[in-house]
Amino acid sequence: MPSSTPEVPGTYVFDVAQSNRGYALNRLCGSLKDAANRERFSADEAAYCDAYGLSPEQREAILQRDWTRMLDLGGSIFYVFKLAVLDKKSMQDLGGIFTGMTTEEFVKALNAGGRSFG
Amino acid sequence: MQEDAVLAELIWGLATSHVPSIGAAMDNGKTEDPYWKPLFDGYAPAREWMAKHTPDVAIIVYNDHANAIELNMTPMFAIGTADAYKVADEGWGSRNVPPVAGAPELSEHILVSLVDEGFDMTVCQELEVDHGLTVPLSVYCPDPGDAWPCAVVPILVNVIQYPQPTAARCLALGEALGRAIRSFPKDLKVAVFGTGGMSHQLAGARAGLINEKFDRMFLETIETDPAALAALSREDYIREAGSEGIELIMWLVMRGALGPGIRRVHETYHVPASNTAAALALFENLPGGAGQPSGASPR
Repeated sequence: MPSSTPEVPGTYVFDVAQSNRGYALNRLCGSLKDAANRERFSADEAAYCDAYGLSPEQREAILQRDWTRMLDLGGSIFYVFKLAVLDKKSMQDLGGIFTGMTTEEFVKALNAGGRSFG
Repeated sequence: MQEDAVLAELIWGLATSHVPSIGAAMDNGKTEDPYWKPLFDGYAPAREWMAKHTPDVAIIVYNDHANAIELNMTPMFAIGTADAYKVADEGWGSRNVPPVAGAPELSEHILVSLVDEGFDMTVCQELEVDHGLTVPLSVYCPDPGDAWPCAVVPILVNVIQYPQPTAARCLALGEALGRAIRSFPKDLKVAVFGTGGMSHQLAGARAGLINEKFDRMFLETIETDPAALAALSREDYIREAGSEGIELIMWLVMRGALGPGIRRVHETYHVPASNTAAALALFENLPGGAGQPSGASPR
């Protein structure tokens, strides 16, 4: 059955299929809202990943901090961002990574009124 | 109900972005920094007016961001019915702001009224509130001291997972919410907050999207013709305002509650607040305009 989710170029539309696909990864990232889990994760990232039953691709994306791949594998930005914060990365850092810019270039684009499309 | 019964009054509606960094700027004393000053200067006239027109209860329409609600269950619309709401640790420590006092009697009245009108709300007896709710409170009241100046009824909308409720349904929910508030048999002043927006997209190749033209249109039309905004599809919102800009449907809940007789007290629009176009629009609810539909029919 074809998906009824709209396709918007350059945009993740986080739907039920994506949630299904990214469920373990998002659960892991979401767990980092608790301080004790942040400590456990930092103490042994690989073991923490194993406990959440990630797919091998998701595990690799998390351990390598491949942010784009995390989203491609079903990550929701609101969950993935909790891992980014643990790494002391800002939403501007991620924006730069998602768009192939440095953080400085990305921030500059926003300060100039944001990026416009069509 | 007797004709001379005292009823609650809906006094104003506030639309405001709820970007976490706006809260962080206030928490860390950065509101006079060159980056933030224009935004906070823009808030000033609205804050001054609201400080003279204080509600007993604020109904805050917002969305949770992976804090109280996880992907195991996604309520489309939910309402808090608790005595109090803790401020969430979102992964970087809780904001140093007071806990949020609830208004359980009004919550229950609204819940029953909405369910009777066909809005089958999810009920939250425990809810940690994140920046989606506390940043708008700080926009209203920058220096709360030990306690916020009003109690709160949280209303949550799913804007994170497709399909979100339609914009038309959000406006209709707001209309029902307005009727619920105005039928609460207590002498109570109530304000409604619609939060989130404006255009922004956090992820993907379009990250950093801002669409000022759409935002300006929305800011104008939310006052004059909310039914036109309710007619836009989810895809319209995502395409024009970005995957997170669809939060703007929550402004329609606030707008629906107000009804047609409103006066724009103040508005401000600023780019950027981190990755987001930020705005505030404050509307006084005018006596006599109450209780009439604002033109949309539910889908």
